[in-house]
Formats: sequence, C-alpha cells, structure tokens
Amino acid sequence: MGLVMDGRVWVFGDHINTDLMCPGAYQWGTWEEIRPHVLEACNPRFPKEVGPGDVIIAGRNFGCGSSREKAPKNLKHLGIRCVVAESFGRLFFRNCIAIGLPILPCGNVASRFETGDRARIDVEQAVVENCTRGLRLTAEPLSREMIDTLREGGIIALLRK
Amino acid sequence: MGMTMAEKVLERAGGKAPVRAGQYITAKPDLVFMGDGLADVYTILQEANVGSIWDASKVVSLMDHAVPSPTIGLAEKYKTIRTAVRELGIATAYGERVGICHQALPEKGHVIPGEFILGLDSHSTTHGAFGAASTAIGYTEMAYVLKTGALWVRVPETIKFNILGELSPRVMSKDVLLHIAGRYSVEVAQYKAIEFTGPTARGMSVAGRMTMSNMGVELGAKFAFFEADEKTLAFLRQRTQRPVGLFGADADARYESVHEVDVSALEPQVSLPHRVDNVAPISAIGNIKIDQAFLGSCTNARTEDLEVAAGILEGRHIHRDVRMLVIPASWEVYTEAMRKGLMEIFIRAGALIGTPGCGPCCGTHQGILAGGERCIGSHNRNFKGRMGSNDAEVYLASPATVAASAIEGCIADPRTY
Repeated sequence: MGLVMDGRVWVFGDHINTDLMCPGAYQWGTWEEIRPHVLEACNPRFPKEVGPGDVIIAGRNFGCGSSREKAPKNLKHLGIRCVVAESFGRLFFRNCIAIGLPILPCGNVASRFETGDRARIDVEQAVVENCTRGLRLTAEPLSREMIDTLREGGIIALLRK
Repeated sequence: MGMTMAEKVLERAGGKAPVRAGQYITAKPDLVFMGDGLADVYTILQEANVGSIWDASKVVSLMDHAVPSPTIGLAEKYKTIRTAVRELGIATAYGERVGICHQALPEKGHVIPGEFILGLDSHSTTHGAFGAASTAIGYTEMAYVLKTGALWVRVPETIKFNILGELSPRVMSKDVLLHIAGRYSVEVAQYKAIEFTGPTARGMSVAGRMTMSNMGVELGAKFAFFEADEKTLAFLRQRTQRPVGLFGADADARYESVHEVDVSALEPQVSLPHRVDNVAPISAIGNIKIDQAFLGSCTNARTEDLEVAAGILEGRHIHRDVRMLVIPASWEVYTEAMRKGLMEIFIRAGALIGTPGCGPCCGTHQGILAGGERCIGSHNRNFKGRMGSNDAEVYLASPATVAASAIEGCIADPRTY
C-alpha cells in the first residue's frame, strides 16, 4: 500500500472516543445499521457526506476509550484513507496499524485545517501539508515495524505469510 | 538505576535484555484472556488461515458483555465463541457462568503479580491492582498474539500518584480516582504506566485498588499498578496453586513525574457528562434529577461495593421515579451477596437485579437509556451515547453516591446516611 495520500479533510476536536465512532447500541448490528451513526454525534454531516479517499484531521486523544476495533474499521469502511491527530488513545493507535489504516501523530495539526480543505500526507516521511492553505507540518515518525505493517495493509496479510 | 514495575515486567517478558522506558521491544504474554471478542478474533484467524495457536494453556475465555444474548446477532457471536473454544482447544473456558472478565480473572486465580497479561477489553488495566502489567489490544493484534505468542510493546514511562490522608466515611476509592481525573485530566497517563502508591493506596482493600486500576485506562494509561503486598497475596493464595510473591518497583526507580494527592478532605466526587474528567465535588452539584441508578460494571460491583450500597438502602425505598439496576460483577460476588443478605435488601428497596455481566455500561445489554434520561452509575464512562440515546446524560460516582441518589431521585450526598 502506498503511504502518500491526498484527500478532502474532515476536522474533529479533542477527545473523540471510540463509542462515537461505533455506538454500543449499533455495534453488533449490520454495516447498514451502524453506518449512519459513525461520528454522527460529533458531526451529523459526516456519515452522510464522507467519501472514499477522505482524511480525518483531529485534536488530542483521538480514539480514546473502549478498545472496540470496529471504531477504526468503521472509518476505513467509510473510505477514510488516513487519520492525523495531535495524539491518540493507545488502543485506537494500535488498532489502526493492525487493520492497515494509516495514522500519524502531528502536534497542533487541528487548528491548521478546516473541513473541506485538501491535505497531502506522507506517512513514511511524517509530513502533513494543507494544500488549500499552503502549509507544511512535520509529524512524529512511526516506527519501522509500523510502516512495514501498514505497507502490507495490516496484520492479517502478515499472518497469511 | 532502579526499575519501575512496568520496566521489570517487560524486561522479563521481553527475554531479559535490559529495557528502559521509551524502548520498543517484543514481549511474550504470560496470559491472554478474551471475553466476547473471541468471536471476532476467531473470524480473523480463519480469514488468515491460522488453524492452531501458540499455547492454548495460556488462554482464558468467557462471555460477559451481553449474557444472555439480547439479539440474534449476539447469539450468533456466542455460538462462534463456543466453536472457537472447541476448535482452538482452549481448556479454560468459563462460558457465561462466571461474570465480567476483570472480576473473574483474579477470582479464578489467573492473575499473578509481575506477569504480563493481555486482554481484549480496555479495562484490562484492572489487574494492575495485583501488580500485573495488564493491558488491552484489539482483535487483529490478538489474532497475531495467538499465532505467534508475542507482540511489540513500547516500554512506557511511569507516573506515580502518592496518595496520602485518611478517607472520610462514605468516601471511596472511586472518589479518589475521579478526583485524580478531574485534577490531572484524561490524558495525564497517555501511553504511560501509573503506579498508585503511598499510605492510602496501601491501606485500600483489594476491591478498592481494583476500582482505581480499572479506571487507570480512563487516565489514558497502558498499565495501572499497585504494589503486590501481603493483602494481595492473601487474596491470591486461596485461589491459585502457582507461587505468588511480593512485587513492586525499586526504591530508586525513575519516574516521569510524581504527584502527591492528599485525600483527607476529599468529598464524594461526581463525573458529569460527557467526559470522565469533568468532575465536581458533591457539594457543588445542584438538584439533578435522575431516571436510572446503575450499581454494576467491572469498576464497582464487588461484594464490598454492594455492601456499602446495601448499608444505605437497608430499610429504605428507591424513589418512585427511579429504576435502580443492581448487577453483581461475578457469580462469586452474586453468591456472596446472597449469603450476606444484600440481594434481599436490594429487592426489598425496589431494585432490578441483572445477571452478572457488563449490563448497560457499554450500551449493549439491559438498561439502555432513552432520549432526555439521566443515569448515575458506579461504572466508568459517561461518553455521549454510550449507554443508549445521544440525548441521554450519564453521571459517574461511587456505589455509596449511586445508592443515596437512588433513594432521593436526584444526585445525593451519601454522607447523610
């Protein structure tokens, strides 16, 4: 999987928890049942308008709370290509690498974007650019092992080897 | 230079090469445990064509989040778990006859001080109360661990909370944890380990310590330790044949930060919607009417918690506008509470009793909230929409405060009982 991507941005604030990405009342339902509720409580437009190739830019502690792996999987199924945040809940962070959803920690990133901007993200080089506003930010690099897992598309591909 | 508890455990689990905070290592868990997530893990193993696992004797399985199943989907999931247990040869499988994983694991003697434990549920930090380095991973990573018996781990920095002062009557370890959340925020231990120490921590019961380690994850922590002392060993020795010993940090261990928390003047604390660190003392809470009072979850539904609540409810009635749910954390707790007459007190007071399990805490089982409803609970998260409607409100407090509030119909101070 290529780790350089260009996409339309959805901005979220601080402390977005995994319940918001995967509400308990729907989490064991079908994809059709859960889809309309992914991050609905944060931004009702998001589940309706998100499209393949979009990226999320968020504040601190993104993905805090429950370990539910369906949280990042729901984002991936909606077509989210990459999540950049100022910091992450540790379980969400690990789960993203494990399922092959590129993720990047980047300080002060949330205030540099608005929903609808275009971002270019190079996960391996740890660079985040706001193409709409002409800004370039340096992110915190991932470890070699994380990059390799993401390149494979996640752990399942590694397990099949 | 001395070592923290996290460094000691990970050095051994990583194969004995010296480790320091900040380092990435590959570590081998001493135990993995899975609740309902085994269904998902098994599906992933099948998808990846993995037919056998590294060591089935190190795996514990049980069912806890929604037993007995309320939907066809969950019934299918539990069916898959039974298949997984059989096909993978998992000998230690308790099914739905044990309770919440975090209560059952130490009760059944699976938690050993100094060991490295991996679970699927975020509150796996609970076992830090016994000096174990215990944390959660996701389904896909668990599938990887089941195949390989190893996982990459970053050795965490440790922050220490030195807890001092005597707790007032009706003020519980839950109040201490909520106070710490309110004062230091839900990010204070992000990617880090916690050690709860000091005279008040040492004076806490095993149950009280479990509440704090359990909610360590709400402070962002990877591990949330108490030292394993004589009290820990007294609890574990009746439950396991394996050797258990004292376990703690070195006196000269290096901490990222040390915080002193004096609890001698601490009031009961309440966490308000929709974040755990949105905390206020009970005296600052106005008249907040409630529709539901929940005494349950892996955080606060042990015998000691039920005893405190029953002590307040005995001879009284739950407010007519409130439904109170009591869900013991495990079958052992349920049995003990029956024997002590606590269940009769709850029933006579008008409470609804649920099967040991997670109940409405995570919004999947009985006690889901309607729009506009308010719940006060002894559980661990008050996130928007977690217990049902996005328009419901959840308040977190101790079992004592939950019981007092159930009687009064609004959030109430347990110290008047």
